[in-house]
Amino acid sequence: MTMRQHFGLGCALLGAIGFGTAACAAEQITFVSQGGAYQAAQTVAILDPAAKKLGITINQDSIPDAWPAIKTQVGSGKPIWDVVDTPTGNCLRGGEQGLIEKLDFSKIPNGAAMPEAYRSPYSVSYEFYSSVLAYSQKTFPKDAPNSWVDFWDVKKFPGRRALRNHPFATLEAALMADGVAPDKLYPLDVDRAFRKLEEIKPHITVWWTSGAQSAQLLNDGEVDMEMAWNGRVSAVAKEGAKVSFTYNQGILQSTSLCILKGAPNLGTAIKFLNEAVDPVHQANLPLQIDYGPGNPKAFETNVIKPERAAQLPSEPANAAKQALMSYAWWSSPAGEAAEKRWASFMQK
Amino acid sequence: MATSVPDPSQKHQRREHGLMLALVSPALLVILLLIVLPVGWLAWQSIYHDGFTLENYRRVFTEDIYWRSFALTFEISLAVTLIALLLGYPVAYLANSLPKGWSILILSLVVLPFWTSVLVRAYAWLALLQRTGVINQFLRYLDVISEPLALAHNTFGTVVATVHILLPFMVLPLYATMQKIPGDLMQAGASLGASPSLTFCRVFLPLSLPGVLAGCTMVFVLCLGFYITPELLGGGRTVMVSMLVSRNVELYNQFGAASAVAVVLLLSVLAIFFVVSRFISLDRVLGQK
Repeated sequence: MTMRQHFGLGCALLGAIGFGTAACAAEQITFVSQGGAYQAAQTVAILDPAAKKLGITINQDSIPDAWPAIKTQVGSGKPIWDVVDTPTGNCLRGGEQGLIEKLDFSKIPNGAAMPEAYRSPYSVSYEFYSSVLAYSQKTFPKDAPNSWVDFWDVKKFPGRRALRNHPFATLEAALMADGVAPDKLYPLDVDRAFRKLEEIKPHITVWWTSGAQSAQLLNDGEVDMEMAWNGRVSAVAKEGAKVSFTYNQGILQSTSLCILKGAPNLGTAIKFLNEAVDPVHQANLPLQIDYGPGNPKAFETNVIKPERAAQLPSEPANAAKQALMSYAWWSSPAGEAAEKRWASFMQK
Repeated sequence: MATSVPDPSQKHQRREHGLMLALVSPALLVILLLIVLPVGWLAWQSIYHDGFTLENYRRVFTEDIYWRSFALTFEISLAVTLIALLLGYPVAYLANSLPKGWSILILSLVVLPFWTSVLVRAYAWLALLQRTGVINQFLRYLDVISEPLALAHNTFGTVVATVHILLPFMVLPLYATMQKIPGDLMQAGASLGASPSLTFCRVFLPLSLPGVLAGCTMVFVLCLGFYITPELLGGGRTVMVSMLVSRNVELYNQFGAASAVAVVLLLSVLAIFFVVSRFISLDRVLGQK
């Protein structure tokens, strides 16, 4: 725990027992992310600078999956958290279920300036990662697979394959393998996607469930190509394994910031939300970790060097090669039905 | 007439009962707070969500995937139990018949893996079984195979690792039962002219059956709830019931959908215990009496 967090906790305690003092009058919020190296990177790049600039205290909490906690906290009528960094789908679903505050973008100029596809009435994109086609350079020293069509082509590209044991991004990849253009995917033709998946299923050695597992498969040479998250692949490559990936036909995914309905510090939370997607703070994030900024304006700040930018999933040229995941579709009834269908597909 | 002279022995007995209750109450309290209440709460959620509902159970009993997972889980548990019995019986027999020093060594080797976490052991099996793993590389070095064998990421890998983890639960009850079989009986059999194999089949084996049943029940029931091993070694295709539980939390975003699956599994386990209890005392299965 840092000094800042101690201070925040002290204030909260004093406040709780009715000793509101001048020293504690400073505004504060509770911010929640997913912990680990990712939250540490944000603290350096975004949270500390934003707190300093706004003169507020940011109390941090972390949880791997925020959704159940959002439901319980808002359901209890007295949420403790203010701002949550969570997969964009949670913000949308939460918004529809009345668990997330609707945003007034006139108070969030940084968010309002972002492309419409990067925000929703309830959320703004915070960072991007991508589900990419990764491969072993030992197996494919040249002429590596470069699209989902190649991934599905077991004659031209023999080798063992892995996909994620989850419909997100996998259905999109199947449709691209079947010839659908990356910008024409939604609404997904679910039947067509599952038909295409049936084709590749006998050739899939492993359906991975965690990012760590996908990294291990690639690192140990268990598979020759797989779908994986770009950050996992680059981490394996940095360790010295001969692996690489292409952003071509990657599926661009994001986490977003959203505010809990009835958040204790709503006003400050909105100010923070605006500050958190400030292009300069956002540009600092990829200097700490292999994730792309949620605000594309970050690439115009000159904070990110061109060679670094070229490695990032949301860099405009890279983003143009990829499909942007539609969380609106995945949280629609059709999306939820597709998600439920996955289990029967796996067991057949 | 003095009618209410307290019987001192009765008073003593009451005191003793009170003391025993006081001694077990912390344990009872822990079980109540940490097991009975949460399990009850979860079971309640499976039938109550904004009103009484059987939707979660309708799903479990009508959708294919649940049936397939339950069938696969029982198949795997059966396979694991049989393999563990075949491997465990000779080990327990050896530990029982060898001199003390040897039997202690054998039993410690059986129990030793207990000190390593299940997760580590699952990864260790992955390192052994996968395509680039020790076994495949060794076989290829010997030129026995030209293509690596598919040992991991399937049901085979899951069964191997699960047997390894559950073997002690088979060996220990077997050993405990064998220990109580009087050695004189074997000698009596021999003195009547029976060959060693005949005495084993007619005398030792039947007397060790309670241990077989106890070990099999333990292994089977524990295997029904396995999660990490099939998750890591099953390649995503081996979907056991516990994995459906976790998947349902994600998919339906409410505990009820998941706990309905867990309740059905729990009831299956209780049913198994009930059937087993018709044959041997449950004390024998749970403790090694």
